[in-house]
Amino acid sequence: MDTFFFYSFAILTLLGAVLTITQNSAVRSAIWLIVSLLGVAGLFLLQKAEFLFAVQIVLYIGGIMVLFLFVIMLVNLDDAAKQAQFNKQWWLALGCALTVGAEILYIIVKGSDSFKLPAPGPTGGTAGNTEMLSDALFRDYLLPFEVASILLLVAIVGSVVMAKKRI
Amino acid sequence: MGDIGTGHYLVVSTALLLIGTLGVLTRRNIVIILMSLELILNAVNINLVAFSHHFGNMSGQIFAIFVITVAVAEASVGLGILIAMFRNKGTVLADEIDLLKW
Repeated sequence: MDTFFFYSFAILTLLGAVLTITQNSAVRSAIWLIVSLLGVAGLFLLQKAEFLFAVQIVLYIGGIMVLFLFVIMLVNLDDAAKQAQFNKQWWLALGCALTVGAEILYIIVKGSDSFKLPAPGPTGGTAGNTEMLSDALFRDYLLPFEVASILLLVAIVGSVVMAKKRI
Repeated sequence: MGDIGTGHYLVVSTALLLIGTLGVLTRRNIVIILMSLELILNAVNINLVAFSHHFGNMSGQIFAIFVITVAVAEASVGLGILIAMFRNKGTVLADEIDLLKW
């Protein structure tokens, strides 16, 4: 059963990703990106990361994708959809990406024995995923958590300043 | 088929990373380049969660949360830049913005 779900979510993710970068229309790309992000959320769920599953759906699909669709609405993309979608160096990019992919796959296959070493056992007793996550976040990673809020504030101010007509 | 191990997740993550990289390198539309960046960050997240599950350690998932935070900030700033650029230059194609090109 796990196998079936893994392969269906993986296919959903990769198919959505491929269609995202090959569609002409930006709205269609955004819709396929949502499909791909749903597949990633499913992969999180299979790995018992329930909190990240919820965050992925609420934040990515509910937040970032709405932001993208708003910008697609604000910016007139009709002219861009009629022009060539890929630049002239696409063959070079494809070659580089395939080379890097072959290298990474070689390393994964070569090191696949080391994945079998520790049996992935449940840790932390009976605590749920969200509970363990919040424990770690607010105990060990409190300072990065606070710094992240500053980063978000900077991002808010920056995007407002840049999207404004007159400062 | 067999059991699904950490290696399977790493392969999916690699494929997603490469698709995202291809999107960044080959597309001309900046909106789709930004979407490809989201794909790359998602590939990183799959990797982090896979290793977090593998070692039974929560730090990977914490880092995935931080990656999502940075992705939100990056998307908002990037789209703000895109709107400003479209207003000033009237194009969203990456290779037509060549003011700094010699």
